[in-house]
Amino acid sequence: MRNLPPLGARPPVLEMAQVNKTFGRDVVALDGMSLTVGQGDFISLLGPSGCGKSTALRLISGLMSPTSGRIDWSGGQAQGDLGVVFQEPTLMPWATVAQNVYLPFRLRKQSYESVKDEILDALRLVGLEKFLNAYPRELSGGMKMRVSIARAMVTHPRLILMDEPFAALDEITRHKLNNDLLALKSKIGCTVIFVTHSVWESVFLSDRIIVMAARPGRVIEELQVDAPYPRGEAFRTSPQYAAHCKAASDALHRAMEAA
Amino acid sequence: MSQARTSPVDADERRQLRLARLEKIARYALPVLMMAFSIWLWNWIVTANNIPHYILPGPGKVWDSLVNDWPILSQAALLTAKTTVLALIFAVLGGAGLAILFNQSKLLEMSLYPYAVILQVTPVVSIAPLIFIYVESKTAGMLLCAWIVAFFPVLSSTTLGLNSVDHNLRDLYKIYGASRWQKLWMLQLPSALPYFLGGLKIAGGLSLIGAVVAELVAGTGGVGAGLAARIQEAGYRLNIARMFAALSMVAAMGVFIFAALSVLSHLLLHKWHESAIKRET
Repeated sequence: MRNLPPLGARPPVLEMAQVNKTFGRDVVALDGMSLTVGQGDFISLLGPSGCGKSTALRLISGLMSPTSGRIDWSGGQAQGDLGVVFQEPTLMPWATVAQNVYLPFRLRKQSYESVKDEILDALRLVGLEKFLNAYPRELSGGMKMRVSIARAMVTHPRLILMDEPFAALDEITRHKLNNDLLALKSKIGCTVIFVTHSVWESVFLSDRIIVMAARPGRVIEELQVDAPYPRGEAFRTSPQYAAHCKAASDALHRAMEAA
Repeated sequence: MSQARTSPVDADERRQLRLARLEKIARYALPVLMMAFSIWLWNWIVTANNIPHYILPGPGKVWDSLVNDWPILSQAALLTAKTTVLALIFAVLGGAGLAILFNQSKLLEMSLYPYAVILQVTPVVSIAPLIFIYVESKTAGMLLCAWIVAFFPVLSSTTLGLNSVDHNLRDLYKIYGASRWQKLWMLQLPSALPYFLGGLKIAGGLSLIGAVVAELVAGTGGVGAGLAARIQEAGYRLNIARMFAALSMVAAMGVFIFAALSVLSHLLLHKWHESAIKRET
């Protein structure tokens, strides 16, 4: 996606308008969140625990419905429009890597033969084409996460949700997966909403950072990271990266104060 | 890692390797030795004290009975085995079937589960006489007794398994729009498999117990007598050697069932489940 239209000029994929989610009588998990996701956006939701990041993802994925407000897919939502990566790899331990990636197709009753190429492509993109017939327990934590990512993008979804996918991995693996995720994004031009606790991760990965505050969960401000993709190791050590990190860090600080 | 295991490099690893090898041998050798020693001790006690064979026969007499009464005993064993295996099959069908039914319909579960528990906690010995009053066929009655004892572990462990699906996987299936049957077939049943197999192992032993209890209650009815009935009958005749011979066959049958179910469990799980994976030290 080298020639991505500038932010704001991208066709919308999904629109959230004044979305509220209240649990019980007075626990406000999300208060008036509005967000327009453009095609090709890499959006990070950054904020402390309890700021409604995960609630926002569950609302978008349809696992919960909002108390009030609207969430609209432009052109309506079809099965397979959404890919999800959880904090844990969430693979089926009784199924091989290939069968795990096949799952979204299988649930749509498509035969394995008819989507074999897509499955192979997805696994090639995450560098696991040699592990087609391995079982999850034979893989390392990072590799399992790659399978999970391959499964999320194998249907070429319009939007991929990632809920702190690398939080449980060690720093070195996390670094590597961040680089690989961006390489992947450049190749297939996916649209991503990525939940994270990490300022550094959010700046490295995304072009839009939504900073959120807790109690009640709400959006405090939005930052833009205008460094062009593809971003590599050079970006990580650039003064520009440091400046963006400082800005995001300050915003996060303000979000904590506001809570 | 595997390099180090095949060719030990230092004294520590050599010692560990030797210990591991010894343990492997001991695991089989010790029980066999123990058995040989007990038989010898038993024989010595009987001969040294001149115990009459109608009180305690020596191992030789029991062996003789096993050989001489083989036509009667094998016939009886076949009958007991038939009851046991059929009861186990029905326990699996009934237990797993009910578990799936309960899982699909909360209403049905709430209505029936308490009665499954009552059936389980009531000792079968106390229900059996009633069963034999109302069920005309002795075979069917024995089967019913064995089934009552055996089905509950399958039901309760399968129920637990069906409800133990990873919640993220459950969400994932929901997001992908899986139907109720897809969820059951592709997610819940595989998740429940290890639990089911655990229940099955218990049910295997219980179906034998159920069959034996049923035979004892049904009484010795001539031709169609199983091993337990033979034990009872031999007891009336003070044929203690035959009692021991039949008892050893019941025990062997129990061991065989347990071993067979363990092998089945290993075959089904060894590729993916934690319980079947050898830990690297």
